[in-house]
Amino acid sequence: MTQLGERLETAPDAAPAPSFFASVASVYVGQLARVRAARGPLLFVATLQSLGIEILLRGVVRHDGRSTAATIVAGSTVLVAAFVGLNLLAQRFGSLRERGALDYYAALPISGGSVVLGTTASYATFAIPGALLTAVVGAAMYGLSFSHLWLALPTMVVAGIALSAVGAAIGLLLPRPELATVAGQLAMTAVLFLGVIPPGHMPAGVRGLRDVLPSTYAVDALTAALRGHPSVGGQIWRLAVTAGYAAIALALASRSFRRAVDRPRG
Amino acid sequence: MHTAAYEVRGLRRCYRGGRRSEPVPANDGIDLDIPAGGVFGVLGPNGAGKSTLIRQLVGLLRPDAGTVHLFGAPIRAGSRATGGVVAYLAQDEPALDETPVGVAISTTARLRGCSRVESHRIANDLLAELDLGELADRPLGSLSGGQRRLACVAVALAGDRPVLVLDEPTTGLDPVARRAVWDALARRRRESGTTVVLVTHNVLEAESVLDRVALLDRGRVIACDSPGRLKASVSDEVRLDLVWRRDPPTDDPVVSMLSARSSRDGRRWTARLAHAEARAALDSLVSGPTLDALDDFTLATPSLEDVYLALGGRDDDMERV
Repeated sequence: MTQLGERLETAPDAAPAPSFFASVASVYVGQLARVRAARGPLLFVATLQSLGIEILLRGVVRHDGRSTAATIVAGSTVLVAAFVGLNLLAQRFGSLRERGALDYYAALPISGGSVVLGTTASYATFAIPGALLTAVVGAAMYGLSFSHLWLALPTMVVAGIALSAVGAAIGLLLPRPELATVAGQLAMTAVLFLGVIPPGHMPAGVRGLRDVLPSTYAVDALTAALRGHPSVGGQIWRLAVTAGYAAIALALASRSFRRAVDRPRG
Repeated sequence: MHTAAYEVRGLRRCYRGGRRSEPVPANDGIDLDIPAGGVFGVLGPNGAGKSTLIRQLVGLLRPDAGTVHLFGAPIRAGSRATGGVVAYLAQDEPALDETPVGVAISTTARLRGCSRVESHRIANDLLAELDLGELADRPLGSLSGGQRRLACVAVALAGDRPVLVLDEPTTGLDPVARRAVWDALARRRRESGTTVVLVTHNVLEAESVLDRVALLDRGRVIACDSPGRLKASVSDEVRLDLVWRRDPPTDDPVVSMLSARSSRDGRRWTARLAHAEARAALDSLVSGPTLDALDDFTLATPSLEDVYLALGGRDDDMERV
């Protein structure tokens, strides 16, 4: 071999890589364009499903106080993010992994983390309008308080990213896209039942399961807001726990990204 | 001074065929030097390990053994640094299926570190260069195979990397688009000294555009040189193709010799013979009673495909388009 120094002098300079935030922003913008073009109908279905649950339960649930009504609306609201993040994003990453499509991102001078965060943020963005609509319609339908409903926005931003990050981790970790789809849908179903049903009506074991779901703290934060008397400390605590789940899921998905690429094909 | 863009030594990667099966090598013991500023090709049939090698060159696959150096620096699988020097075009880009062509090019340029303004200029320039302007707003997934491939080439060219690693860049392209791609690559090579590494299973393309070619068979490099020198290495042979109108007379000694030494596809026989032997056989066929049974014949100097076969490669699906 010739001298290493000699080799490096003749080597072309590597172009400056984009910063982490610039690459997150570019992935985010690219995904937003893609989702807007191709996934509009599914986002409509996500909202319609939650509004349907609110309408259905309005007819069958007897009013035993505002707590039950607030939980139903809060659970339905968070369900929009679960549908988009857990279900659609688990499917998306499962399919990208299976088809070797992650190579496109992995060959660029950006980290797996920026791909995961950019994609997660774009899916969360698409969940937010439907979630807010569900919260407003639900609050009107069940006669709940609008005074603190603005809290739905920060709650859904954090919950949207947390649930999408869990969806991304499912899609990247599971070895087959069908498994990722099933796992994403099961997780969404868990968010539906354990979010919409008031915890007081659950047996202790199921309540334990509810406590470990990443969506639970967002549901509780929204429930408190819809009842009209949220405590500042409680809201901060619930959002912090949801953000903690988001951080763990993002870290897990980012770690899984390179492993998902490093597979021989064809 | 001769400078290598890539130095590959002892590269090996296995995959598991099934849950309990033994690991199967996708490639094994690959040694290669890829000169800077040239067009280097990797030729072989499907399953020869071309894409595995290419993905190792881009740092997507971690080798089980061996090393890859890019301009003297080792490539670490999963490192972001490789993407600063190398642009990679996969066989397919399903990640971009639902993305409009213009957005796909400008987003890729952004992700390669270009500013927003620069990325839009790059997208416009590439759309014009590859005549993709009318498709700018169409998602890649809605395009025909050839248009889609051309759009993917445009994405690979965004952001002008000094090394382009392209997995079958011209597959499915019509002759005009194919020419546009070769012109675009030649321009970058001339103006910026860009190194091009590409996979092909098209023999004629390999002969006409490559400076050097590595022939791959079952995960191993069986030869690596310029197409001209590789062909010269088997120049004592020519290829005789015969097409029979009806079954040839088997009692003819030349026919029975050719029958034993030909590969057959229906009534098409292909034999690789020494010059004098081929001349003598052809003289006999066209002057004797066998001429009535003969529909057509061609005598050709060796192609890279002949080199490949002479070196023991399997010729499953190489193209001669």
